Formats: sequence, C-alpha cells, structure tokens
Amino acid sequence: MADQEERVPVMQQVLDNPFLLLFLGITVPTVLYIVWGVMEVANIAVAR
Amino acid sequence: MATTYRICPRSGLQFDTDAEKLMRWNAVAGVLALLLGGIMALGVILTRWPAVHLLPADQFYLALTSHGINMLLFWIIFFEMAVLYFASSTLLHCRLATPKIAWAGFWLMAIGAIMTNVAIFQGESSVMFTSYVPMQAKPHFYLGLILFAVGALIGCFVFLGTLVVAKAEKTYEGSIPLVTFGALTAAIIAIFTIASGAVILIPTFLWSLGYIREIDTIMYRVVWWAMGHSSQQINVSAHVAIWYAGAAIVFGAKPMSEKVSRSAFLLYILFLQLASAHHLLSDPGVGSEWKVVNTSYFMYFAVLASMIHGMTIPGAIEQAQRAKGYNKGLFEWLRKAPWGNPAFSAVFLSLVGFGFLGGISGVMMGTEQLNLLIHNTIYVPGHFHATVVIGTTLAFMGLTYFLVPVLFKREVLFPGFAKLQPYLFGLSMYVVALVMMGAGTLGVSRRHWDMAFAGSGMAYEWPGAAYLMMGLTGIFGVIAIIGGAGWILQVVLSLLFGKKLDDGETRSTPIPLTLPPQTGGHAAHVATPGTMVLALVFLVSFILYYFVNWKYLSSLWGMA
Amino acid sequence: MSAISPPAERIWWKQPIDKLEFTWIAIAFVWSLVMFVMMVYWHVAGGQNLSNETYKTTKEMFAAKAQAVVDKYTVRAGTAAEKEFPVVAPPAGSDIYLIGRLWDWWPIYELEKGKTYKLHLSAMDYMHGFSLQPQNINIQVHPNYDHVVKITPNQSGTYSIVCNEYCGIGHHTMVGRIYVK
Ligand code: HEM
Ligand SMILES: [Cu+2]
Ligand SMILES: [Cu+2]
Repeated sequence: MADQEERVPVMQQVLDNPFLLLFLGITVPTVLYIVWGVMEVANIAVAR
Repeated sequence: MATTYRICPRSGLQFDTDAEKLMRWNAVAGVLALLLGGIMALGVILTRWPAVHLLPADQFYLALTSHGINMLLFWIIFFEMAVLYFASSTLLHCRLATPKIAWAGFWLMAIGAIMTNVAIFQGESSVMFTSYVPMQAKPHFYLGLILFAVGALIGCFVFLGTLVVAKAEKTYEGSIPLVTFGALTAAIIAIFTIASGAVILIPTFLWSLGYIREIDTIMYRVVWWAMGHSSQQINVSAHVAIWYAGAAIVFGAKPMSEKVSRSAFLLYILFLQLASAHHLLSDPGVGSEWKVVNTSYFMYFAVLASMIHGMTIPGAIEQAQRAKGYNKGLFEWLRKAPWGNPAFSAVFLSLVGFGFLGGISGVMMGTEQLNLLIHNTIYVPGHFHATVVIGTTLAFMGLTYFLVPVLFKREVLFPGFAKLQPYLFGLSMYVVALVMMGAGTLGVSRRHWDMAFAGSGMAYEWPGAAYLMMGLTGIFGVIAIIGGAGWILQVVLSLLFGKKLDDGETRSTPIPLTLPPQTGGHAAHVATPGTMVLALVFLVSFILYYFVNWKYLSSLWGMA
Repeated sequence: MSAISPPAERIWWKQPIDKLEFTWIAIAFVWSLVMFVMMVYWHVAGGQNLSNETYKTTKEMFAAKAQAVVDKYTVRAGTAAEKEFPVVAPPAGSDIYLIGRLWDWWPIYELEKGKTYKLHLSAMDYMHGFSLQPQNINIQVHPNYDHVVKITPNQSGTYSIVCNEYCGIGHHTMVGRIYVK
C-alpha cells in the first residue's frame, strides 16, 4: 500500500510511545503541583 | 511453563489463561470490597438520615472510614487491575508479561486491604480515608495501605510490560486500540498517584511508630492529595475507556476521530493530576497562583478533554446507529438504543450522570473562590458520588454484565433484574448526589455525626430544607444500596450457579490481531446533530450553574 | 475498526475531523478560557478572595496572642448558653484571634457591620474546619499555622461557626459564635 511508505507524523509517534507519555505524565504534575506546592509551604514566614 | 490462550466463542476475544485468572481474581476481590463498603454505606446512610440516626458516634466514624477506604481504594483499584490486564493482554492478543509478578502484586494488594480493614475494625483507627495528621491511626492501618499501593504499582508495570511484549512479538499492527490507550492513561496516572502516596504514607507510618516526631499538616495535605485526588483521575480515565469499550461492544461504534480522542487522553496525562489542588483551595499556605494554575488543570485543559469525550462517545454511537438506518429526526438513534441491555444503559447513565452531576459540580467547586462555598460540606460527597459511583462504579457494573459470560463463562441469572439494575442503582444515586449537594449548598457538614449538634453548648439550627435533603439522602441512599446489593447478589449467584458456558477453543499460540482489509477511502461520513444538541444542553446548564454560584459568592461577607 | 481494535489506518493523525465535532471542541475551548479568566478577574474585581497571608506559629504563641486580645477587649462574660466564654468586642481594623480546639471555637467575638477585621485562624490540636453559618464560608484551619483573613461582615445577626473538619468523637459538638451588630 502506498501509505505504508509515508512517515508517521510526529504527534502520532508521541502518542504511540508509552514511555514518553509516562515521563510526561509524571513530570508535569511533579513540577507544577508537588515541587511548586512544597516550596510554597516550606517558604512560609515565621510569625513574630 | 508455557501459557495457553482461550478463544471466547461468545465474543471472539482471546484470553491468555494466566491473565484471565488474574482478571477474575482481581474482579472478585473488588466485589468483596464493594460488599463490605456497601454494608458500611448502610450504617453511614442510616445515621445521616436524621429521623433514623442509627449508629452511635464512634461506630459511625468507624463505618465511614471503612466505607471510604473499601469503596474508593479497594473496590475501584482491584477492578481497575482487571481492566488493565484486559486492555493489554486481551485486546492486544498478547501473553501477559510476568504473570508471577502480577500474582505477587495481587497478593500484596489483598494482604494490604485485609490489614487496613483489621486496623479499622479494631477501632482506634477511625481517621477517615484521608488520615489527616496529627490524628493518628495504628501503624498497620498505614502499612496496609502501603502494601496495597505497592501491589497496585506492580500491576501497572505488568501492564506496561505487556505493551512492550505485544509490540516486540508483533501481536498487533500500528497503534494500540483506543481503549488500551485509555487504560494506558489510567496506568500512567496511577504510577504518579502511587508514588505520591509512598512519599506521604511512608513517613506517616514511621511517625505512627514514633520514629518521626511531627508531620507538617499543610505539607501532608499537599502531598496526600496528589495521591487522593489523582486516584480519582485513574478512575476517570478508566471509566472513559470503558465507555468507549461499551460503545464498541454494544454498537460496534467506531471512534469519531482517533486523533481527537487520543489527544484528549493526552490532555488527561498532562494535566488531570494537577486537580489535586481542588482540596487545598480553602487552605492557608499555598498561594493563589499555585491554586489557580493547578486547580484549573493548567487552563481547564482536562475539562476540555472531558467535554470532548463526553461528546465523541455519544457521537460515535449516533453514527453507528444512523448507519444502521435509525435516521429519523434528531433522536431516533437514541430512542432505538438497546435500553434493556445493561451494558448499554449502565454506560449511558454513567456518562450522563458523570457529566451533568459530577462534572458541572466538580468544576464549580474546583474554582478557587467558589470553593469557599462548599469546602468540607456534604456537597463534596454529593459531587463525588456522582463521579465515583455514577461514573466509575456504574460503568464497572455495566462492564461486568458483559464479562460474566465472556470471562467467567457463566450465564447471567435473573436477566429481568439485570435490565432494571442500572436504573435502580443509577437513578437513585442521581437523587442521592443531588440532595447531598443541596444540603451542602445550605452548609451541612460532611463527616458529621449529628446535624442537631446534640450535647453542644451553642448548637446551630439548620434550616428545615437541610433536614429534608438529608432525609431524602437517607431514603434514596437505601434504594441505591438495594440496587447495589442486588447487583452483587446477581453476579455472585451467576458465578456460582449460572449455567456453565463452553470454554471455546484453547490454543498454545496466540492468533495475532489482523486488520480488516482496507477499503479505499473513508466510510461514508455521518453527521451527529442529535449529540450536538445534547452537548449544547449540557453547556447551557453548565454556564448557568457556574454563574449562579458566582452571584451567591458575591453576596457573602467581604474577604481579602 | 472499533475502539477495542487498533485503528484501521496506519496513519490516523491526518484524518479530517468532523465539522460538528470540531465546532464543539472550539466552543469547549472558549468556555475553558472563560472559566480560567473568571478566577483571575475575581482577584482583581471580586470582593471575596481567600487571603494568602499565612505564618508559621506555635500553639503557645497563638494562644498568648488570643489571650491578650481577650484580656483587652472583653465586654462581658458569656451566659451559660454561650458556654460562659468571654464575649470580645475589639475595635474595627484590629487583629482578632480565633482558636479552634477540641471541641470549641474560642472566644466569642462581637463585630460591627461594614467594618473590617483581621481574623487570625489556628488550631491547638488537630485540624478543624471553620464553617460560618448561615453564610456558608468554609476555611480549613491548621495547627501551627496562623492564617490571616480580612473579613468585612455585611449583615448584622448571630452567626455560628460549625466545625466541618472531622476532629474526633466530639466533632459534632464543636460550634462557636460571632455576633455582628
Ligand atoms: C451504594 C450506595 C452508597 C451510599 C448510600 C453512600 C452514602 C454515602 C454518604 C451519605 C457519605 C457521606 C457521609 C458523611 O460525610 O457524613 C458517603 C461517603 C463516602 N462514600 Fe459513599 N455511598 C454509597 C456508595 C459509594 C461508592 C460505590 C463509593 C465509591 C466508589 C463511595 C465512596 C464514598 C467515599 C470515598 C466517601 C467519603 C468518606 C469520607 O468522608 O471519609 N460510596 N457515602
Ligand atoms: Cu473541630
Ligand atoms: Cu470537627
């Protein structure tokens, strides 16, 4: 078939790669939610 | 030890015998947890029903702790393990990677679930499933949860391993099926969930043993909810996958667009887990920027994804039905749907209830400022009974009707009851969710033994409407429990006494998946006006409800 | 093929999207942006935003500050129906401290309508939930943190503070009070 030759589009390659998705799915919430959130809590000023 | 494969004569599906047994055991363990959680639900609901007020306070909190944990964690996650094995091994026509390790995972989960339940029923661990510090449970309460989580993590890796095996052994061509992709989304979220759980539960366990002196309460809530809320997002991904599966199994529906549906799952993978912030919107210590970015799934990208799934699934059904000739007017395709087939009616009620009740209320309460209106009120359980009960549990129930003959090789007993069950359980749960949200809008607290405040020096009097709503919660809660108990009974009796069905052919090598011959070009395009109308009704309800709550907020005391 | 089989086309990314489906995605996207902007907008123009002002404190320090306010501004001793808690009427604009502990909110404040106060919230033991009724304003209260919320009561009346974070066997008895004149 002709379309057998055609290169698979990049986005489809991304969606076909479970471990890349795993990496993204762990990194995004870890950075935006956990790391950022924990830094905020760790930096709360002390009352006088 | 070579594995064998069974071809189910009823569905044409191919089961790796190891995977099949794991699916059965996980599903059964889940149903046992549902049974225990359901018995506890009876205690909870009969106590929150003001006119009945059954249990004394200590037993109520014990029952509520057990209800939350058995339902939310054990029932759902055991069943999800079965779904993961099904979506990988069965749908990819592939052997399960490392079945021995998968069994180790199962037993860890089982031991953990039993251990935590023992701790709860010994008393002194009535800390709710959130176990907020500094309230302390017995060490084996936490240890059980940790073991359960490790077991579930193993299950996720077996799932990923199976994807690798299938690819390496070329059991399918091209991309994995959409349903498997949805399960992959669930597994990825599960891995984040469980890792967060380890980060918070292991120190808490050590603290309960006395090795750590103190755990910061805000830090605990931030990290705990990375587990607690993300685990709900596993459910969302899993039941959306099941909706797609249901449409495929019942109608042979083809996704409207692989690209759109998969991109929507990608938005889940990236952003859904941020919603853990929903639980911290009324907390001190984390700033508004953090709250706004996280609570909105970056910029409501995961809501966008859900709205996409919510349209493409009925859309796919509409296309399939219209192609069959149900073409009259806007809604003939829907009127002529198999309403008596529980696999369909459960999926449909699940989708509509999840969207209208769970989705709209969830976005409302996940709005930074609006959260002040309902934080910790019974609105919150109202919302999540629409998501985890109507959305997830009902979808799982519907899938089970399909699995009993296919996976357990038994005929479903009492088919007449099976026709009714999704309506009985689902619709009464619609009412329960609504009246709980109603009571919560009036301020009634969650996790609260007595809304009359007996024994308090300065009791507050709730408006009569709040009592009415809680009474209705009681009545319809009992009906829902009957619907749930009926389902358990029906499934268990069918497994024990249903007519045995033949196994079908067993082979020692798998048959690879082959694609049907390519027909030139695309199938004739079918438009979906009916679905679009339903979607717009949804949108209008959403917008109205959203702004009504802003209006309500603006009438409150000034706060800055 | 259907959703439980691999996609029929090897390259599915380039398939055209249905027109109605695309319209719906566009609408949903716009609505998502509207909701996002609403939260930001309310920070600028809205009157109800939860304050971010929070300090680490200790139970002793917070209790001492509360005691000082009570000592200075108590107007009367509470009746039996007020658990005999001090009723405290601090001047507008001042810092007022509310203690959540098993199972009271202490003390009772008497505030003036339309005036702004800096309400400090903290807990002495477990977490508690500040749930102001019948307003229905709900805030999580943590031990060892001092959360400063500027409040401006807009209606006179008797308000109750229900505890709505589970805090043990007496949780349902934990109710406090605020009067607004
Ligand atoms: C079968 C009928 C059910 C009824 C009548 C019911 C009723 C209730 C009620 C009234 C509450 C709130 C109690 C309170 O906060 O004071 C509650 C809490 C809860 N329910 Fe259910 N429920 C049912 C099924 C389920 C199912 C199937 C799930 C999960 C899949 C579930 C998960 C939960 C969770 C997680 C909580 C929160 C516990 C907590 O606050 O710690 N429930 N349920
Ligand atoms: Cu309390
Ligand atoms: Cu409490």
